Amino acid sequence: MASIRILLDKCTGCTLCVKACPFGAIHMADRKAVIDMAKCTLCGACVAACKFSAIELEKSAGPKRDLSAYKDVWVFCEQKKGVIQSISFELLGEGRRLADKLGVKLCAVLLGHDMETAAGRLGERGADKVYLVDHPALAAYQDDPYTAVLVKLVEEYKPEALLCGATTIGRSLISRVAIRTNAGLTADCTGLDVDTKERLLLQTRPAFGGNIMATIIAPNHRPQMATVRHKVMQEAPVRPGRGVEVVSNVYPEETFASRTRLIEVVEELASTVNISEADIIVAGGRGMGGKENFAQLEELAKVLGGAVGASRSAVDADWIGYSHQVGQTGKTVVPKLYIACGISGQIQHLIGMQSAKTIVAINKDPDAPIFKVATYGIVGDVNELVPALTREFKRALNK
Amino acid sequence: MNIIVCIKQVPNTTDVRIDPVTNTLIRDGVESVINPFDAYAIEEAVRIRERCGGKVTAVTMGPPQAETALKEAIGLGCDEGVLVSDRKFAGSDTWATSYTLACAIQKLDAYDLVLCGKQASDGDTAQVGPGISTHLDIPQVTYVKKIVEINDKSARVERMTEEGYDVVEVPLPCLFTVVKEINTPRMPSLKGMMRAKSAKLVKWTAADLDADPAALGLDGSPTRVVKIFTPEPRKGGEMISGATGEVARELVELLKGEVV
Repeated sequence: MASIRILLDKCTGCTLCVKACPFGAIHMADRKAVIDMAKCTLCGACVAACKFSAIELEKSAGPKRDLSAYKDVWVFCEQKKGVIQSISFELLGEGRRLADKLGVKLCAVLLGHDMETAAGRLGERGADKVYLVDHPALAAYQDDPYTAVLVKLVEEYKPEALLCGATTIGRSLISRVAIRTNAGLTADCTGLDVDTKERLLLQTRPAFGGNIMATIIAPNHRPQMATVRHKVMQEAPVRPGRGVEVVSNVYPEETFASRTRLIEVVEELASTVNISEADIIVAGGRGMGGKENFAQLEELAKVLGGAVGASRSAVDADWIGYSHQVGQTGKTVVPKLYIACGISGQIQHLIGMQSAKTIVAINKDPDAPIFKVATYGIVGDVNELVPALTREFKRALNK
Repeated sequence: MNIIVCIKQVPNTTDVRIDPVTNTLIRDGVESVINPFDAYAIEEAVRIRERCGGKVTAVTMGPPQAETALKEAIGLGCDEGVLVSDRKFAGSDTWATSYTLACAIQKLDAYDLVLCGKQASDGDTAQVGPGISTHLDIPQVTYVKKIVEINDKSARVERMTEEGYDVVEVPLPCLFTVVKEINTPRMPSLKGMMRAKSAKLVKWTAADLDADPAALGLDGSPTRVVKIFTPEPRKGGEMISGATGEVARELVELLKGEVV
C-alpha cells in the first residue's frame, strides 16, 4: 500500500508544503512538517512543492512494464455527419508539435462511414498517417462500437500518447478506452509538453477547484491519454497538397455491435452560435436588469459575429438558456474577446472565462471583481453603453 | 426498480474565496456538500422510484466525514447509503475510483440502473461515470437530459450534445450520467431529514470488497501529480471613463484589432 512521510533530516521547516497542500493536511511542529493522515489524500502536491526532496510518497512498485513498443502521437479525430470537427484540427496542431519533439509520427484516428476522402486530407493538417476504420455502424457516435474499435487500434499499433477533445463524444469515449487499456488519462489539459528523455507526456490542468495548476504524468502506463477543451490549442495550419498514409483497418462484425441504439439526432442550435467555439462572446449578468435587455447583447454579438454568454445568475433568473452559461457549472470559454456586461465576476464565473485573450468589463459597481481581470474596464450603465458600443462597432465595421 | 446513485462530497464552491496575497484557495470554514451535479442524479432516481417502485441506494467513496453526504442523500429521498472508506483508497485517480465504486456496486443487490452526475465540481473530469460502466461492462449514456421512458427492460433517453440532443434506446442494466436540464431537485423534506438522522449507513472498507489490492488507491492509479503551481493572477488593465459616446468610441478604437 502506498504511503507518505516527511524525511526529518531533509525538512528545513520552510512551510512550502503547508501552503501547497490543497487539503490543509500539513502543519508545522518543532519546525518540521507533520502530515495529518486523516486529511491527506496522497495527492502528491506537497512532494511536487518541496524544494528539498524531504517528502517521500511511496507507491508499491507494480510490475515494471516494458513500454518500448509504444511510439507515435495519436489524435482522435471527431466527425459528425462526416465532417471532421474543428477540435480535431486544434489537437493535430498540438500533436504535431509534440510528435516533432519526440521524433515520432503524428497519427490521426478516424472512425466513421465513407470517410476515405476526409482521411486523405488529414495530411494537410499535419498528420503523417491516418488509422481509418470505415463501417456503417460508426457513422454516428455510439459508445460501444467506438470503444471496441479504438481499444483494438490501441492494442494493435501501441501509441505512446493519445489526445482527444474534451467534448461530449470525446469525454464519453476516452474514459472507457482508458479503463479498457489500463491507461492514465488526464482531463481538460490546458498545457501539454513532453519530457523527451523519459518520453513522458506532461499534462497541465487546473486542479483542486480552479486556481491551482497541476502537472500530471503517467510514468508506467501507455498510451498516455489526455483530453483538451475547445480553443485551448492553436488549430493546425492547412498545408495544401501534403500527403498522408491511410491505413484502413477491418475488424470482425461483432466489434461493431452496440447495446445502445441511436434513434434520432436532433439539432437545436442551428440559429445560435456554440459559445465554446466562438471567437467573440458578449456576456450578460444580473446587472443587465432583465430578460428584455439581453436583446441588446444579441444585437452587439450579431454585429461582432460573436455569441451571447451569460453568468449563472442570469441563467437562473431565466433570462437566457443554460447552454449560454459560462463558468464553473456552465462552459469554459477561451475566446479572443469577452465582453462582460453587468457581470460582477464571482470566482465561479472567472474560472470559466479568465483565459480569454482580451476581456472588457462594463459594470456600474467600481469595486466589482470583474475589473481585476479585465483588460479594459468601464464603470457605467450597461443599458446605455451596450447600445452605444453596438452603434460604434456598426460604424467602424461598415455594417 | 433497483437504482444506485454514485455521489461525491465536494467543497461548497460558493464559499470558496481566493487569498489575495498567495492567490490560493482559502479552505478554512468551507463546508462540504454533495456535488451539485449529483443532486440531479439523486432527484432523478427518486422520481423513477416514485413512478416504478423499488429502491434507491446512494454510494460514495471518500473519507469518514463523507457520511454526511449520504445522510443528506437520504434526506433527499434515497433509501439507503453506502460509504466506501479506507486509507487504502487514498491517492485514487479516476481509474482507481471508478474501479472501487464498481466493486462496491457489484457487492450490492442486483441493480437495474446506475446514475451519476455528469462530473464533480472539484475535479471536473467527467471520467468516473464512464469508468464505472466500463468496469461493470454495462452500456452507458452520458449527458442525459431527459428520461423519456423507462421500464424493467429498457429506457429511451435524450443525450445532450453540442448541437442539440440524441435520442438513444438502451437496455437495462445500464449507467447514465445526467446534466442539469434533467430536473429541478426538491428541497429535503422534514420527513426525509428525520429519516436521515436515524438512518444506519452501510460502511465498507477495502477488505469488504472483492477487489484487487494492487488496483486501489495510489498504487492502482496510473496518473500522478509531479508539479503544482499557482498561475499569476490576471492583472486588471485600463479603466476607461467619460461620456457614454466617447467611451464607446475609444473602446471600439482599442478593440479594432480583435474584431476584424
